[in-house]
Parts: sequence; structure tokens; C-alpha cells
Amino acid sequence: MDIIVCVKQIVDLRQLRIKRETREPMLEGLPVVISDIDKNALEAAVRLKEAGGGKVTVLSLSASSRLKETIKEALAMGADEAVLLVDAAFENTDPLFTARALAEAVRKIGKFDLLLLGEGSADNYTGQVGPRLAEMLGLPQATFAVGIKPTDGGLRVTRNLDEVVEVVDVPLPALVTVLTEVNQPRIPALTQILRAGKKPIAEWKAADLGMSVPTRLTEVMSNLAPAQERKGEMFEGEGAVEKFAAALEREGLVKQR
Amino acid sequence: MGTILVYSERDDLAYELISQARRFQAVRGRSVAAALLGDPGDRAADFFAYGADRVFAANHPTLTGLRPEPVSAALAQIADSANADTVLVDSTRRGKELAPRLAQKLGAGCVTDAVAVRWENEWRADRSALGGNTVATDRIVSPRAVIAVMPKVFERGAKEARSGEVAQAPVTADAPPVRVVETRPKGGAGTSLDDAEIVIGIGRGFAKQEDLALAQALAEALGGEVGCSRTLATDFHWLGEDRMIGLSGKRLKPRLYLAIGISGQIQHTVGITGAKLIAAINSDKEAPIFEMADYGIVGDLYQVVPALTAKVRK
Repeated sequence: MDIIVCVKQIVDLRQLRIKRETREPMLEGLPVVISDIDKNALEAAVRLKEAGGGKVTVLSLSASSRLKETIKEALAMGADEAVLLVDAAFENTDPLFTARALAEAVRKIGKFDLLLLGEGSADNYTGQVGPRLAEMLGLPQATFAVGIKPTDGGLRVTRNLDEVVEVVDVPLPALVTVLTEVNQPRIPALTQILRAGKKPIAEWKAADLGMSVPTRLTEVMSNLAPAQERKGEMFEGEGAVEKFAAALEREGLVKQR
Repeated sequence: MGTILVYSERDDLAYELISQARRFQAVRGRSVAAALLGDPGDRAADFFAYGADRVFAANHPTLTGLRPEPVSAALAQIADSANADTVLVDSTRRGKELAPRLAQKLGAGCVTDAVAVRWENEWRADRSALGGNTVATDRIVSPRAVIAVMPKVFERGAKEARSGEVAQAPVTADAPPVRVVETRPKGGAGTSLDDAEIVIGIGRGFAKQEDLALAQALAEALGGEVGCSRTLATDFHWLGEDRMIGLSGKRLKPRLYLAIGISGQIQHTVGITGAKLIAAINSDKEAPIFEMADYGIVGDLYQVVPALTAKVRK
């Protein structure tokens, strides 16, 4: 099975700090990583390859040239090759533009059986790129996968929805998005990290995909930490429970015994 | 153009969306349409009562599995028939996989997981971003919009004595390529976490599963429900996923959220920012949860929780 896994390079959210006065996120100088959920998608792809053969191509888009370094982790985890779409035109793309670029790249790659993505990127989490990409390429979609098993000519996918678990049979080619529960991504061994440096990486620009000026359907107007106006009354030590209970009683939430 | 089309596979969420669409259209001076897919029964009556001007029913056999491929095809056709420039759907997982696919068909800009929606001569919607650290406001610049709205963001209005004619929408949709083999309810279905006025959230401060009885006893004393952080549900399996609060779980708006033994990682707190009051019990004075709490006790939960349980009642 030939699998294309779409992964996104994001800033390391664990190191993100918020400027207290302006509530702005401080993004400058943050290290970049592969979005967590995308590693689950990659792990799922590598396991399918290990079980049934085929090839795993990792596909990623960014305006940042750091992508070439970042993607080595994906290659070390078991992807066979990488296709990187790196162009200034990919700065702050909206989900449509991202999906279009990925769709063009998938067409240019040509042969594939399965597209795998995370359910959303760990930063923006819109979950739009997968379904938009599926629609553009005319593929069936199976989102929110927690289990993926190959069947005769297709996949059996277990989906975790809000109130139900749904099991579906998906013919190939198809697009599947995964939840983090689907697996535990492997941590590559040193030998795999060393070997990753020798795996092929193709770099395409927007023009190589026939794309030019980004057209946007949505624009981000502001992006700030939410204002929290909380009382912040803390109790500690002797009498803390009593004072706490009294506060909740004043709020009309409880009565004291 | 200018109609708002509303769709949800859950009627309770459709009522919220229709009620709010009515409010938007009072300002925009346009009409509200609702899509009823599957067996319409007498469901249209309530759609009208909550504010739909027109109801489009499509009972096509390909729609029964709620597959996004045929459902998005049907909704795109209904949006055209209704002259809709805007489609509102719910942002449950089914809604969230549908919205972008539908938006792609309509050439529409889309916002998912919207926690606030405003009409300011264009659609503006708030959603969480940067892993829940921030709230981004998106403006939709395309002429058409698809917005997937989180449950409970819009308030269900009062029913009015209105009625209307149901239009049969002659949709064509190919049989879905994906076959639904099985649909089973999740364990622990029917928890009332969504509607609870008091929610106690528990986290890794609890050392073992038996200790959850402490939280349960306090919840009973307060007449509340117990929810949990992601780790307790997906890693430890101490509680069902239907009780998981946060980015990948529920977003709640209780009168009181009491976090016990929860440090306050953003992935969790994004689910509780809507709480009227936030209280926390944690042994670590520096725990981030205290930064967003109205009231807090710094102390060992194994002593504080039983003492508090003895002290308070509903």
C-alpha cells in the first residue's frame, strides 16, 4: 500500500508564552516541531507498510526553510521519502490554500492508495484540510480514526465520534484522519536517525504546483489569549476549607452544614 | 441570496442553530431555512416553531448512514435551492467532518469549532488556536460561509406558534463509497455532564482509582457531576471518555467548575473557560489552574476534599 502522510510543522506549543499585558502569544524564536497528532498519522502509515509492504511518503508545506530539518524526524520514524512544499506563498495560508497545495502535490506524486492526516493540527485544530482535500480529490473520507486494519481491497476503520463508535469499511484510494488514541508513535533509534539523512527529499515551490498568489476565504483578524477576569482568592492552611466553603455559599452555590 | 441554512443530525442542536439564525436574520432582514435529512416524521413542526421560515426535507436512501460524502452533496443542493449564503452546522465530530467538505463544494470559507459568531457586514467567528492558548477571530471573506458551531454556544429560543410548508428537496446523491459496518453507543452514555450546574473535574492528583470515591462523595454532597482530565480517561481509563473535559473532550459552561488535583494544562482548561465560577484544590501553589480560579485551596486533596464534603451540602 502506498501511503502519503500529510504533516505540519508548528511551533513547540509547550514552550509558548503569553505576553501578560497584551495577551499576545510570543512566537518569535520558538523551536518548531512536527504536530503531535501528525506523528500518530505517520505511525499508522508505517505500521500499515510494515504489515503489508508499500511506500510511505511524507508531505509537508511551509513558508519556513526549517522544514527540511524538521522533517528528518518523520524520515527517522519510518517514512521512505519526503516531499516538501516550501515557498513564501505558503505563509499564513488558510485551510483552502493549504488543501489546494497538498492536492496539487498529491496529483504530482501520482500513485497512492491512502492519504493519512491527523484529525487537525495541534496548533489550529480546524480539521478542515482533511475533508477539503478529500473533496478536491474526490476521495471518500474516514475521520477520527482510532483503529485502522487492512481488509481485502480496503480498510476497516474504527471511528470515535461524540456519542458512538462507528466501524466503517473504506475502499481505496481514500483519506483517513486519526485521533491520538490510534497508536503510540515510536521514538526513532539512533541508527534510524542516521539513516534518515540519506532518504530522498524533494522540494517543490508553489510555481511547481501551478499555484501563484494565495487566495483566501478566511483571514485571521486577531489571535490573543482570552481575557480571564477571575477573583483569584486563595486560601491555605488553618481554616482554608471553612473560608472556601463560605465563599461558595456567598456565591449561592452551596449551603454549609 | 442571504438565506441562512441550518443543519444538524441532532434536533436539539438544530433548535439552537435555528434560534440564533432567527436572531441574525432579524438584523440582516433575510430568511431562515432548515434542512431535514432522513425520515422527516413530524420534526418540521418544531423547526418552524423555533424560527425556520422554510424547511427542506430530503429522505434520500443514501443519507441514512450520515456519511459526509452524500450529506454534503445533499446540503450543497439544498443551499442552492434555498439561495443560502450561509450554512450553520453543529461542531460535533460529525458536524466537523461535514462542514469543510460542504464548504469545499460551495466555494465557501469555513470556521469550525466556533465559540462565538457575529454578523458585522461579514461573518466573524471566534475559535481556539495555538493549542488552546489563544482565541482567534476569523473573518470570512468569501461570499458564502459555512460555520460549524460548538454545542451550547447559541441559546435555544422560545417556541412560537408558527408553521410552514415543508418543501421536498429533490436531491441527488451517489451511494456512499464507505459502508457503515457497525455503530455502537459508547460506554457510560447518558451522563449529564453537559447540563450539570456544578462540575467537579479531577486529574492526576488522585493517586489511584479507588480514591475517586472522594470526588464522587463531594459531587453527591453538592449535587454535581464528575468529569476528568484527558489522562484519566484515555490513559488510565478510570472514567469514560464521555467525562473527559478539554480540547479533545467536552467544553462546559457550569455555574461552578471545581478542579481537584488538576494542574491546569491549557488542553484541559480550554474546556472550562465558559464556567461562571472556577475553583481549584491543588497541593502545588504554582499550579496554573490557580491563575484562572476565582477561589482556591492550596492543600492536600486527601485532607481537603473529605473536610469540604463534611462541610457543604446542596
